[in-house]
Amino acid sequence: MDLTTLIFKTVFLIIILMVTLIVAMYSTYGERKVAAFMQDRRGPNRAGLFGLLQPLADGVKMFMKEEIIPLTANRKLFIIGPSIAMTTALLTGVVIPWGGTLTIGGHEFSLQIADLNIGILYVFAMVSIGVYGIMIGGWASNNKYALLGAIRAASQMISYELAMGMSIIALVLTTGSLSLHDIVAQQHGMHWNIFYQPLGFLIFLTCAFAETNRAPFDLPECETELIGGYHTEYSSMKLGFYLFAEYINMFISSAVVATLYFGGYNMPFIDGLGLSQNTVTLLGTGFFFIKIFSMIFLFMWIRWTLPRFRYDQLMNMGWKGLIPLGIFNILATGIYYFFTELK
Amino acid sequence: MQTLTNRSVVASDKKMTILEWIYIPAIIKGMSITIRHFFRKKTTISYPEQKREFSKVYRGQHVLKRDDEGRERCTACGLCAVACPAEAITMKAAERKPGEEHLYREEKYAEIYEINMLRCIFCGDCEDACPKEAIFLTDRIVESQYKRKPFIYGKDILVEAMDLRIDISARQTEAVYQFKLDKRFAHNK
Repeated sequence: MDLTTLIFKTVFLIIILMVTLIVAMYSTYGERKVAAFMQDRRGPNRAGLFGLLQPLADGVKMFMKEEIIPLTANRKLFIIGPSIAMTTALLTGVVIPWGGTLTIGGHEFSLQIADLNIGILYVFAMVSIGVYGIMIGGWASNNKYALLGAIRAASQMISYELAMGMSIIALVLTTGSLSLHDIVAQQHGMHWNIFYQPLGFLIFLTCAFAETNRAPFDLPECETELIGGYHTEYSSMKLGFYLFAEYINMFISSAVVATLYFGGYNMPFIDGLGLSQNTVTLLGTGFFFIKIFSMIFLFMWIRWTLPRFRYDQLMNMGWKGLIPLGIFNILATGIYYFFTELK
Repeated sequence: MQTLTNRSVVASDKKMTILEWIYIPAIIKGMSITIRHFFRKKTTISYPEQKREFSKVYRGQHVLKRDDEGRERCTACGLCAVACPAEAITMKAAERKPGEEHLYREEKYAEIYEINMLRCIFCGDCEDACPKEAIFLTDRIVESQYKRKPFIYGKDILVEAMDLRIDISARQTEAVYQFKLDKRFAHNK
């Protein structure tokens, strides 16, 4: 790797980190606005124009709050918990292809930080480590509600990771690659994977909701029965980290869904326009972000529509519903390709 | 059992059908409802900038009226304090000194007149009891405060200024005045 590439990668890494944080920050604002609009309210509109400074105000509030570590808590683990949640949430973004290639001064730069040949597995690994943040935090709090929340998070994560894996296997059967870059490249034009794997998409989406611990699968938090679940004992910015990690996860999940099923940065009908390579790349990145924001909106839309599942319903749906469906999906895909030998 | 409306649904724990079990039709139905609300006109009133139109006879913050020559009408008779079910009103009477005739209408006046707005239930009985047409409830809102102390309104807030007279004609119509004169309906007999 030569020096220019290294410098470009570093700058790009910082940009992606900033974009991730800013999008997550404004997702909190968006969440409150969407919630308000769906309940015929106006939402935050006092801090700045249309309340756009609200996330900053929330951040300041979080920092100013008293930081409490309970005497009975395990101090080290108590601090490690939110750190893991935040770190793993931020780590996932590196394998996502944010755009095509940019040509600057004769050099070609790919708008993807690391094109791992096992990109999807990396995302899975990071998301799975993310649950340790919740588990450690819940365990270290030394509080029954926090522990219950942590147990729920762990079992929910394990159950739904399986079904998610099943839907991915079917997807890999159609694309023939684990690299996110290749998967996006194959969806050029309108060959989006959602048209080839509609059932897989539904399974993946459901599992994505469960993995990000969002409604209707927000059982680990469960304000009404677990008074906040794993973050019951947390206050100040450590609580902020947990909540913020959830929004980062939502952004990354949306990006992964857009990459895997909605063609990533591919725009339909862009080839016929005769635009230069760089313009196409930048437009594609813009279009990718539109897809991501639509997905985030879907996340919020679902959250403010559906009630929370009961715990047995959640487990029933995971083990008796989604996993058999996932296996069926793999079988159907496999049989289809066995007889047609398309790829 | 007789139902009050025709909207009531009999609850049961019957087995879910396949369509219900896959949840998706129900989810789509729910989402269509929320998205319709998303684009609906908001019912919120942005309070300080925008105010809701009150009823003409809204009972808000009190005013102690002056007469047309600017003299305080209140004579500190204490009937309002007696009528008050929340015991929010306290007052201290004083005698008018010579030379104060332009300030007070009669020989006795309220030196201190306080209403505790945290106790007040805005029932309007004080206004009903007043024989001198001195106290009225208006359509003004009692402002919020950070401490309890400022909620005890004294004469500095309650007595109207001559250049900013409070219009109470909506509450004090001729019919209301005649009704008040008829002591058969008075609360404090």
